[in-house]
Amino acid sequence: MALLILAPLTTAALAVVIPRRGRGLAFVTAVVVGAAVTGLFRELRDHGVRIHQVGGWGAPLGIDLRVDGLALLMLCVTAGIGIAVALYATRYFASNLNLGQNRPQEPKDEATHRDYYFWPIFLFLWTALNALFLSADIFNLYVTLELLGFAAVTLVALAGGPAALSAALRYLTVSLSASLFYLLGVGLVFGQCGTVDLPSLAAQRESGPALWVALGLMTGGLITKAALFPMHFWLPPAHANAPAPVSALLSALVVKGPFYILLRLWFEAFPTLLTPAVTQGFGVLGAGAILWGSIQALRQQRLKLLVAYSTVAQLGYLFLLLPLCSNSGGGGMAWSGALMLLGAHACAKAAMFLAAGNILHVTGHDRIQGLDGFARSLPMSAFAFGLAGLSLVGLPPSGGFAGKWLLLNAALTQGQWWWVAILLIGGLLAAAYVARVLTHAFTHLDGEATVRHALPRIMEWTPLGLALLAVLLGFASDGAARLLEVGAPALAQAAKGRMEP
Amino acid sequence: MSVHGLVLLGILFSSFVTGVAIFFLKEENHRTRTWLNLLGAGLKLILVAALLWGTYRGQTYSLTLEFLPGIDFALGADSNSVLFVTLSTVLWFWTTLYAVGYLEHSPNRSRFFGFFSLCVTATTGIALSANLVTFLTFFELLTVSTYPLVVHRGTKDALGGGRIYLGYTLAGGALLLLAVAWLHSLAGPVAFKARGVIQSLAAGHRVELQVIFVLFMLGLGVKAAILPLHGWLPKAMVAPAPVSALLHAVAVVKAGAFGIVRVVYDVYGVETASELNVLQPLALAAGATIVYGSIRALFQDELKKRLAYSTVSQVSYIVLGVAILSPVASIGGLVHLVHQGLMKITLFFGAGNYAEALGIHKVSEMNGVGRRMPLTTSAFTIGALGMMGTPFLAGAVSKHYLKLGAEESGDTWAVWILTVSGLLNAAYFIPILWRAWFKPPSDPHPAPGSAKRTEPPWALVVPPVVTALMVIWAGLFAEQPFSPLAWVKLVAQREFGH
Repeated sequence: MALLILAPLTTAALAVVIPRRGRGLAFVTAVVVGAAVTGLFRELRDHGVRIHQVGGWGAPLGIDLRVDGLALLMLCVTAGIGIAVALYATRYFASNLNLGQNRPQEPKDEATHRDYYFWPIFLFLWTALNALFLSADIFNLYVTLELLGFAAVTLVALAGGPAALSAALRYLTVSLSASLFYLLGVGLVFGQCGTVDLPSLAAQRESGPALWVALGLMTGGLITKAALFPMHFWLPPAHANAPAPVSALLSALVVKGPFYILLRLWFEAFPTLLTPAVTQGFGVLGAGAILWGSIQALRQQRLKLLVAYSTVAQLGYLFLLLPLCSNSGGGGMAWSGALMLLGAHACAKAAMFLAAGNILHVTGHDRIQGLDGFARSLPMSAFAFGLAGLSLVGLPPSGGFAGKWLLLNAALTQGQWWWVAILLIGGLLAAAYVARVLTHAFTHLDGEATVRHALPRIMEWTPLGLALLAVLLGFASDGAARLLEVGAPALAQAAKGRMEP
Repeated sequence: MSVHGLVLLGILFSSFVTGVAIFFLKEENHRTRTWLNLLGAGLKLILVAALLWGTYRGQTYSLTLEFLPGIDFALGADSNSVLFVTLSTVLWFWTTLYAVGYLEHSPNRSRFFGFFSLCVTATTGIALSANLVTFLTFFELLTVSTYPLVVHRGTKDALGGGRIYLGYTLAGGALLLLAVAWLHSLAGPVAFKARGVIQSLAAGHRVELQVIFVLFMLGLGVKAAILPLHGWLPKAMVAPAPVSALLHAVAVVKAGAFGIVRVVYDVYGVETASELNVLQPLALAAGATIVYGSIRALFQDELKKRLAYSTVSQVSYIVLGVAILSPVASIGGLVHLVHQGLMKITLFFGAGNYAEALGIHKVSEMNGVGRRMPLTTSAFTIGALGMMGTPFLAGAVSKHYLKLGAEESGDTWAVWILTVSGLLNAAYFIPILWRAWFKPPSDPHPAPGSAKRTEPPWALVVPPVVTALMVIWAGLFAEQPFSPLAWVKLVAQREFGH
């Protein structure tokens, strides 16, 4: 378990010292982390929740690392996306590519620089994510969240250029102040309860105004970082201006970190405080995100901004977990549904951003109006974009469908009609903005087709592979649901959502 | 997984693998692509023949995979599936041949045939689905794989038509999803079963089941082009002729109609559905669509549009047959599923040939075309006569059973609708035939060419001739074993238990 943190941390440090070996080190990390996650999966399946006491000290004094179904899912998703992005990045940063803005060829050493910087920060980001998912107390969660934020901001700035830098700066400001809010909340909780350990907090069953203030502060910080509507304003510029592999990492993984903490906080530490007002409130914000994000996506003129707004919308679905999981009946369905959506979205969105990166590279711009006939020059990327779109829309058999199906069933079982409507409308809006891009793939161009660009193969195959994964993920949903039951919070277990045939 | 399950998988994969392989072919690999296409289509034919024979002898086929929590991805072959899968496989074979000839020199053929194969995979998947979620999966796959075919030309018109198509069908898909999920939350996983599976719920959840039924009909009705939901069909006419043929006779419209058959017979069950009072409104909607489509068809000068409205009208025959509570009427409806497919595909092949060989797109340009393209026009004529309900052709058989059934159940209004529609069919087809055979060619035709015979290449002529012959066979030998009618009677026996 500790290996999951130590391996990327060590290689990150090494990559700082010997930047030329960044790629090789990332490869080593991928192998080690992949093996560790697989091992953990076996352990979890056979023995249930695993706890590792760092240094043998144990909870209130030392640091506990803990893995349950949820954490393992997040680790798996991180490993999968991390490996895919690393593959893509080997060529993306190596070949001299236009990044973000429509700039002509740049000097060779600048690209090399970028290559040198990317790998250590990427590995560092991976460390932060793994540590975050393994943490079992709210202070450690804070530390990892902060690390994650810094790594993410630096990666955005990597693109260079005024737009990327200003987006990065904005991201930094937002990220720092959100972390401060969260830290303040942690302080208050510690003052009130005398502990920051998740299980001990749950055992105390405290309540009172101070605790509510603390929870409010923490939640405010977290939803800002998770870019939940209406705190999403920083996300589109940051995600759209970053280099393609970075955009993929940010949208697929980084924003899920704070969401994960939010789940731990509400469902594990303070489940008694999850009143209907709170959960419905989260649901309303989520619904707002779905509608607003989708409508904004429909109005964007640039491809990467469209994809970024789609992230805002898709994050909204995750928050429907709260109203649907806190009621009687079908809680388990909502729990696994939303988390499946999370995994499917990670694959699909990473595929989409990588495909958009290819399009940007070949056409030299990403204005949607000017994309006519791009399927001719980039058939595989167009395919990847379309398949990823299937999952975002929620068409079967994609992972997106499996997730939505479960949420839909939970909502229907509980008679919460309004969420049913939101789920269906959200799907149609997603179809509209995906189709808006794909229409250009089929536009007929007079004369000869644009020359098929010699893009490195791995850059075409990676997004396609991820998109295929997202589409086929539905078939793994039964297994995923079983995995998520391991150590799931009481509310999600209450009504054993799994219907037996 | 037994050998019998593998047959089902083979039927799906024979076109799926073909499609995927074709995507990776270079545009110039004409020969390889054609062979792959025909190989896939041929293999599928053989497998379906095996399935047909096996089912006839009482062998059951089924295959399940783990899918959603608590729900399997299930394939199976009951007599309904076999009917539809045979139809789509046979017609796919001829359409593939036709498409190879039709698109000889146009760009993006690999993309076209790739999606073409996926489209057929989805259709056979719909036929072989054994439960609602599997059905939904293939239903949506069909929507998605057909879109690239509709917009294939990439012109402004095509893209516009595609957008409308996608809007309608995805909205329909969302309603269908809602219906499936809602029913699931009431009844658990719903597997298709002759005479329905929800009888036990009918008492306790009357209103809910009625609403769900309406949602089902709205969701499926978009594809089946029932009256207020038919708007996409004429617009989708911008697609190349083989696609139109496939859309109207085999894939999309048929999938909608087949879905309605499934929901009424194998989910609700006819008895439960009529007990819930939901069949009468469906029958009325179908009746209205029949008349409306025929009237609109009268006023279309564009040949393909006229055929499109004719489809709107004809597909509702199937729905009408299903919705009228009588075994005889359902025989008529189900057999029309096959018969309409045979006739309509012939007509669309013909329309495509006129456009391809002479550049004729409008009815008013068709003067004397019979003399120049006698084989095509003969096939077209047989299709048109069949549609009108001329004796000894396929259409007459379905109409005969529909009318008998309507009388049996006391729905005399339906008999009138069928009669009126028959007259209207004649009114919009006879002028075409008259122009084609008896008027002198009003040269110059839009396209250059001598006034002599100008049949297009054999790949375009053979398919309509073959399907026209099938129209005659299905009509003349309707009462023989191994005709569509004989099989449909078998189905009806299971559904009504007489």
